[in-house]
Amino acid sequence: MTNLHWIDIGPVSAIPQQGARTLQTETDRIAIFRTLDDQIFALLDRCPHKQGPLAQGIVHGHFVTCPLHNMVFSLETGEAQGPDDGCAAKVECQVVDGTVRVGLTELQAGLRHAG
Amino acid sequence: MNHVPANIKATKARLVVIGNGMAGMRTVEEVLSRAPDKYDITVFGAEPRVNYNRIMLSPLLSGEKEFDEIVINTPEWYTENNIHLYSGDPVVEVDRDRKVVISKSGTETEYDQLLLATGSDPIIIPVPGHKLDGVVTFRDVDDVDTMLGAAANGGPAVVIGGGLLGLEAAVGLQSRGMDVTVLHLAGHVMERQLDPSAGYLLAQELERRGITVITEADTAEIVGSENVTGVRLKDGRMIPADLVVMAVGIRPNGRLAADAGLAVERGIVVDDVMTTSDPAVFAVGECVQHRGQCYGLVAPLFEMAKSCADHLAEIDTTGYAGSVTSTKLKVTGVDVFSAGDFSGGGETEEIVFRDAGRGVYKRIVLEDGKIKGAVLYGDTSDGAWYFQLMKDGEDVTELRDTLAFGQAFAGGSAGNPLDAVAALPDDAEICGCNGVCKGAIVSAINEKGLTTLDEVKCHTKASASCGSCSGLVENLLAATLGGDYEAATIKPICTCTDHDHDSVRRLIIAKDLKSMPAVMQELEWRSSDGCHVCRPALNYYLLAAWPGVYVDHGASRFINERVHANIQKDGTYSVIPRMWGGLTNPRELRAIADVADKFEIPTVKVTGGQRIDLLGVKKEDLPGVWADLNAAGMVSGHAYGKSLRTVKSCVGQEWCRFGTQMSMSMAVELEKMTWGSWMPHKFKMAVSGCPRNCAEATIKDFGVVATDGGWDLHVGGNGGIHVRATELLCKVTTDEEVREYCGAFIQLYREEARYLERTAPWIERVGLKHVQERVVDDAANRKALFDRFMISQQTAQIDPWAERASEGVDAHEFNPLSMVAAE
Repeated sequence: MTNLHWIDIGPVSAIPQQGARTLQTETDRIAIFRTLDDQIFALLDRCPHKQGPLAQGIVHGHFVTCPLHNMVFSLETGEAQGPDDGCAAKVECQVVDGTVRVGLTELQAGLRHAG
Repeated sequence: MNHVPANIKATKARLVVIGNGMAGMRTVEEVLSRAPDKYDITVFGAEPRVNYNRIMLSPLLSGEKEFDEIVINTPEWYTENNIHLYSGDPVVEVDRDRKVVISKSGTETEYDQLLLATGSDPIIIPVPGHKLDGVVTFRDVDDVDTMLGAAANGGPAVVIGGGLLGLEAAVGLQSRGMDVTVLHLAGHVMERQLDPSAGYLLAQELERRGITVITEADTAEIVGSENVTGVRLKDGRMIPADLVVMAVGIRPNGRLAADAGLAVERGIVVDDVMTTSDPAVFAVGECVQHRGQCYGLVAPLFEMAKSCADHLAEIDTTGYAGSVTSTKLKVTGVDVFSAGDFSGGGETEEIVFRDAGRGVYKRIVLEDGKIKGAVLYGDTSDGAWYFQLMKDGEDVTELRDTLAFGQAFAGGSAGNPLDAVAALPDDAEICGCNGVCKGAIVSAINEKGLTTLDEVKCHTKASASCGSCSGLVENLLAATLGGDYEAATIKPICTCTDHDHDSVRRLIIAKDLKSMPAVMQELEWRSSDGCHVCRPALNYYLLAAWPGVYVDHGASRFINERVHANIQKDGTYSVIPRMWGGLTNPRELRAIADVADKFEIPTVKVTGGQRIDLLGVKKEDLPGVWADLNAAGMVSGHAYGKSLRTVKSCVGQEWCRFGTQMSMSMAVELEKMTWGSWMPHKFKMAVSGCPRNCAEATIKDFGVVATDGGWDLHVGGNGGIHVRATELLCKVTTDEEVREYCGAFIQLYREEARYLERTAPWIERVGLKHVQERVVDDAANRKALFDRFMISQQTAQIDPWAERASEGVDAHEFNPLSMVAAE
């Protein structure tokens, strides 16, 4: 976490309420969610179960339901809810003066190539 | 209109019947069925017409029936059974010494046995003005004619009496365009059949329909000089009226009997075989008094007719023991049922069930563990069951916990399903969607201590997809847990709410809720913005309830319906353009081929519904693919939606040498009429041009099969996990009818089925008859359903592809964000 590279990806309003948009990085696609209470969360855009694109799921509360098999993940922790096991990878993000910022790893930011 | 057959044999005993109504003629029918040659029968009727079904006067008034439809016995029937009918010639005197009856026209007829079935008279309150023109009763076809004559001019009408008959008259007149006020002396309407709670609900419904109900209204005077102009109440209120209907009750007609010296109290006194005080004279129907009781309903008359006929045919009989009666109000769309004694008090106990949202009220009165009476409002489907339990004097102590929920919860029906599921081997597949077998479910139940369907869904995924195996899973739970399993009586939509689908739908309308936040607020949702289970359902219910008003909420739709394509396992999408009725042409095929080349679409496949599927389209390419398909004239095929999917066709009379109708053009027409409509679940149709049924219409939600003279319309088929053949809805002759029945059926499904419930399980749940009553038997309702469907279609038939390809709708869905700057 020490070497996160923060990038601006635009205003909060660019992401629909109870929805998500994606950000393609060098290595992964990141899903950035906006909840009904206008909080922003980010997870890698693949579920731990079958790599489902979480950004396409239904956002409710601080959760997202995967579009492939309806597993529910916490946006806060990435943990699967209920009896399902698994954890979606969490991505650091913050909102500064109405602008969404995402913290990328060196690999994601393309600053270093995977060995 | 006298039918006097020529071949009379004087040797037979002579049975004379006074009264050509329902009781008299039913007795004659019963006698004929027991002893066809025993009697030479003569019937006198006061009305100048054949025998008709008096309880159908209400539908006659409202226009739901014609006179011909309510005739019970035609003139031919009288002739065929050698019955002399003197209609319009009432008997004015019975001379018991000479055993002769004398009619108004002076005809004298001898009898050996005499049957009195003189019925009852409507009670006329002798207030000033009761003889004015425009004051009628509601007792026979002539009254209905008078009422229809008045209704033709519109204007105000007053019905005095808020009992069964009065309310039916009020609704009939209101539907004929009159402005109706009901005056009722008691504190609530139908007080003899309903308790105050049900009476309140009924009065509310009548008010909603535009009928004014004034209770505790005591009529002082009917006002007018020649024609009636109004009714004045004792409290001084004046209600204008061009027509006044007196429907305050009936009085047994025992005049003729009394004049002849027979014992008459309130009615003609009879014993258990319907004999009067003269052993040669019998009486049946509303004119009699049996064990102190007089009846005004049809069921007791028929029971009396049987006992009387047994006696007349000299068959041993236990006789008539009096009737336990039940009543139903014959007003379309209002379900009211009552039976027995529901006054309560004393040693009785009661079970009350209320659902204010759905307008359902049930009250069952018990005494010594047996049902003594019942009042049902809003949901009367179990009326017959309660009534049977009551008549049989069955002990219902065991059923008590679920009694209010009706027969479906009483269990023990058709071939014990628990035994069936217990007998399955461990490797039997229960959930086809997720490939879960019985053993896996049973061990999850045992090892993880699961007790509910939802828990089984969570842990095993069984029944978590299409849900069609949920019944099986519940049976497995019951079989595994034994007595520890209690089926939830109300199945909430999800954990966000205690409401089930049906109550949410009703409340959306009843409380005029027009947005998702309104529903969640008013219905006390436990979560802030629902979940992936309830939100799509609510979105659909709101769309269906408020077409053109409610704004679709994209964030509450599954991804497929949000981006108008089908998500695949790798996150790419499939695109299926619409091909009306399964027809295409070179231009469309070229456009599809070009699109596949241009966007490097890896797989092109023909679907089961006669369409072409482009698989493996990247999400960001979707608008470009659609733009090219739009340019060739194609629109969204909705292969991704809970909506009209495809109308499959065979080549029909257009090409086929066996075809009897134009199935291709019918398929195209139906698809053009119905595409774009959102539904509880996906909806598939097919049209076959002859009974060979090459389009496989009998496994579709709505299947049309041509016959020589028209079309057979089938519903409720499914070719999925559980193959279910359709049931025949009805046969029609014209293309126009096919369209109307199709639209009406879809609308009924849209309005009544639960979200994610296909037509097959819906029809299994409500029964085909329920559908037929609303779509086939009731032409006005069918038309209304069709009209509502077409109204909803006005805002549904907008191509979602075009909006997104060229108008930029939901652009955020298709464009990824980009990195603006890195530190």
